[in-house]
Amino acid sequence: MGRLRRSSFYSVAAVVAFVVLWQLATLGTDPTLFPPPTTVADAAIELVSNGTLGSAILVSLQRVFLGWILGSVIAIPLGILAGTSRIARAVVDPFIHFFRFVPALALVSVFILWFGIGEASKVNLVAYSAAFIVMVNTASGAASVHADKLNAARSMGAGRVTLLRAVVFPATVPHIFTGMRLALANAFLVIVAAEALATQNGIGFLIWNARTYFRTDQIFVGILCFGILGFIVDRLWKRIGSTFLRRYLFSAGGY
Amino acid sequence: MTGAERNEAVSFRDIGIDFTGGRGDWVLRHLDLTVEAGEFFVIVGPSGCGKSTLLRLIAGIADATEGDVRTPEGPVTRPGADRAMIFQNVDVPLMEWLTAKQNVEFGLRMQGRPRAERSAVADDFLRKVGLQNAAGKYPHELSGGMKQRVQIARVLAVSPGIVLMDEPFAALDAQTRKLLQHEVSRLWREEVRTVIYVTHDIREAVLLGQRIAVMSAPPQAGIKSMYQVDLPYPRDEFSPGFVELARQVEIDIEEEVNKLWADSAVPRSTR
Repeated sequence: MGRLRRSSFYSVAAVVAFVVLWQLATLGTDPTLFPPPTTVADAAIELVSNGTLGSAILVSLQRVFLGWILGSVIAIPLGILAGTSRIARAVVDPFIHFFRFVPALALVSVFILWFGIGEASKVNLVAYSAAFIVMVNTASGAASVHADKLNAARSMGAGRVTLLRAVVFPATVPHIFTGMRLALANAFLVIVAAEALATQNGIGFLIWNARTYFRTDQIFVGILCFGILGFIVDRLWKRIGSTFLRRYLFSAGGY
Repeated sequence: MTGAERNEAVSFRDIGIDFTGGRGDWVLRHLDLTVEAGEFFVIVGPSGCGKSTLLRLIAGIADATEGDVRTPEGPVTRPGADRAMIFQNVDVPLMEWLTAKQNVEFGLRMQGRPRAERSAVADDFLRKVGLQNAAGKYPHELSGGMKQRVQIARVLAVSPGIVLMDEPFAALDAQTRKLLQHEVSRLWREEVRTVIYVTHDIREAVLLGQRIAVMSAPPQAGIKSMYQVDLPYPRDEFSPGFVELARQVEIDIEEEVNKLWADSAVPRSTR
C-alpha cells in the first residue's frame, strides 16, 4: 500500500514537472506554433463552455466503441476457427496478412464511397482495423491450446463443437482480452483518420478543423483529449477484466 | 468365442507404430496384448519404446500405423468416455478457469448429465480423493499433488470402464507420489475398474500392478516379458517377495536400456 502510494506520487510529480517544463519551454516562442499549457487550458475552457468538446468526445467515443465491438464480434469466431482448423487457417491466412498491412488511413476515401458520409463509414473503418488485431490474437491463442487439454476433454466425451465452446474458447479468453485491448488503442489512431473527411464532429474533426483556422491551441486540446481518453478507456478495460473475467485471466499471469 | 472368451477390456492385435508415417522406422511392431477387465495392468520399458503411445491408442487420441485396438464396444477409432485418460502433465489437462469441483464435473457436463446429478457425483469423488475442502479452489491455488487428485476424480466421475494413466505422478515430489500411489491402489480396489498404467518407476509398478509388461527397446519394440504379481494388497515394499520381484524387473529393463545405449554408440553408417 505504501509502495503503491509512493509510486503514484512519483507519477503525479512527473506529470506536474512535465507541464512546468512545457510552460518554460514555450517562453519567448510564438504561441500559434507551440502554445503553452495556459493557452491550451484557455482553449479547452472555451471549447467546453460552448459545448463543442463535450459533443466531440461523445461522438468519437461512440464511433470507437461501436467499431471496436463490431470488429471484435466478427473477429473472435473467425479467429477461433482459423486457430483450430488447418483448412480455415490456410484460407484466411493470406487475407489476414495482406489486409493487416493496409493502413486504415488508406481506406478512408473508399469507405466513404461504400458506406456513405454518415456514421457507418467511420464505425466500419474502426471495425476493420480492430478486426484484424483481434483475429490474429484470437487465432494464435486458439492455436496454442495444449494438445493434452483437448485430449483430456475428448477422452471424457467432448465432441468437436463442444470442444470449441467449452475448452478452446475459454482457454483463449486471455488472448482475446489482450487483442481487444490492443485494438482499442488502435481505434484511437484510426478515428482521427476516419474523422478527417466527410464529418462535422468528433475529436478528429476538431483537430482537422482547428488546422484550417490555424488554432494550434485547439489542436493541442484534441491531442490531450485522445491521450486522456485512451488512458481512461484502457484502465476501464483492465478493470472489466479484473472484475468479470478474473477466473479466465488470473492464471495467465496478470493483465 | 463369445461368452466363453474371458472378459477382455482391451486387446491389441499386431500393432505397429511408425511416427515417420510408413518409412519403415518402426518404434514398435507386431505387438499383441490383451488386458482383462478389472485388471491393474502396468507397462514399463525404456524411453521411446512407445508405451505412452499404446495408452493414446486405447484413448483414441493417436492412430496405429498397423494393426488394431479393440474394446468390448468394438474397434477403437476415436475417443470415448468408456476410456478416460489421466495425464502426466499436472497443469495442462485441467481447465484453469474452472474450480476443482467444476473440473470434476467437466466430464459429466460433456455427457450432458443434469446439474444436480453432476454436483452430487463431483462432491462424492472429491471426497474420495480427499479434496472436499478444496472444491471451490482454482487449479493455480492447488499443489501438484492436489491437481493430480482433481484429474483422478474427474476421470473416475465419468465412470469409464478403462482408466488410462500415463506416468501420472512422475512430476510430483517423492512423498506426494507415494501417498497418491497408495490412494490409486485403494481407489482401484474400491471401484474395481480396469486400469492401464504406464510408468518408469519400478517400485511403483510392483506396488500397483497385478501384471507388469516389460517392453523391449526400440526400434521394433514389443512386449519382452510379462510378470504376474501375486503379492497381496496393500503391498509392503520391504517384503522379500516385493524386493525380489522389483530386482528382476529392474534387471530386465536395464538390459533394454543398455541395448539403447550400445545402439546409440554405434555410428549410424555401420548399422
